Amino acid sequence: MSNKEIKNLEEIFNQRIARDEKIEPKDWMPEKYRKTHIRQISQHAHSEIVGMLPEGNWITRAPSLRRKVALLAKVQDEGGHGLYLYSAAETLGISREEMYEQLHTGKAKYSSIFNYPAVTWADMGAIGWLVDGAAIINQVALTTTSFGPYARAMVRICKEESFHQRQGFEILLSLCKGSEEQKAMAQDSLNRWWWPSLMMFGPKDEESPNTEQSMKWKLKRKSNDELRQQFVNQTVPQAKILGISIPDPDLKWNEEKQSYDFGKIDWDEFWQVVKGHGPCNKERMTARVGAWNQGTWVRDAAVAYAEKQSNKNLNKAV
Amino acid sequence: MKKNWPLWEVFVRSKNGLEHRHFGSLHAADETMALENARDVYTRRSEGVSIWVVESKHITASNPQDNGELFEPAQDKVYRHPTFYKLPDELKHM
Repeated sequence: MSNKEIKNLEEIFNQRIARDEKIEPKDWMPEKYRKTHIRQISQHAHSEIVGMLPEGNWITRAPSLRRKVALLAKVQDEGGHGLYLYSAAETLGISREEMYEQLHTGKAKYSSIFNYPAVTWADMGAIGWLVDGAAIINQVALTTTSFGPYARAMVRICKEESFHQRQGFEILLSLCKGSEEQKAMAQDSLNRWWWPSLMMFGPKDEESPNTEQSMKWKLKRKSNDELRQQFVNQTVPQAKILGISIPDPDLKWNEEKQSYDFGKIDWDEFWQVVKGHGPCNKERMTARVGAWNQGTWVRDAAVAYAEKQSNKNLNKAV
Repeated sequence: MKKNWPLWEVFVRSKNGLEHRHFGSLHAADETMALENARDVYTRRSEGVSIWVVESKHITASNPQDNGELFEPAQDKVYRHPTFYKLPDELKHM
């Protein structure tokens, strides 16, 4: 195709997006649109898969059967969400194996929140309330994204995820209504998870180089800072209901803006964790790669069995 | 050995009386596993009463580049729609 023809196709493509038309996998799309989507959707999938690790560790230690079945169901959902997203990315021409390879070699990133440790039971509450809360805000904004398979996966994920946040809040609510020690445990987990949760929305707008293009493609419908502000505004009153305090001395209601002002985020910490120097980066990848490698014989055995069965059927047919 | 599980497309009937609808895709070694995985991945909240799986390579799809010749001819065949025919107002039940 000549450059002129590509320019023309790109013009038609941009008009389709401007009209809020959805783009489907076999439609013509600019190479950069394809690449950006593969990157974002696969990283989103990786986040779901790695996100199972901090919680999986607590399933056997849940304090009651009720909590245990809920946590198990939540972690299973996260596995499912990873699978929806991997298949959405596969429609763009990348294979599942390639994506796993990128995750396992560190070429692809996942949400850095999962590089923080879950050290107490209250962390299961804080993760559900804050981490899933932040994820829902991000994901609701993506249900109207321009790429059809991604938007459809988001709709399904958002539907399933509201229970995740509610179960987390309920865990903290029980702790806050409990003994002094239990309430202190809830406060401690809020102290540790608050700032990393704010970082989940990504760098400040002025330091987010991809935002403009992503907005044009409707891959992003709201900027990082807008979403972060929305999260703060909706979470502060929830903390009041729990009766625990958000660890930010600069947090206060701004009457004029009709929203909360909040303190400065430690972006050095954010970049450290993104670059692999968070508290659990190594541990998470070791667990993930270990699970994949230890499963090799199972995957191979399943293929061997499938081949044997289909050979048997072939012989019968002869 | 290193052989990857093939891709399958999953169709779910949400309740009797409705058609199977495409829900998504997944990887599985064979059709039995594809059904079991589809059950776990796509029907964790009673979304269905019946599942079809078909290996993705068996699906032949039209190409969006051919949309013009495939679908545009229908646009000037307005006589296929009831409103094309001019009939008197007093005519009822037609």
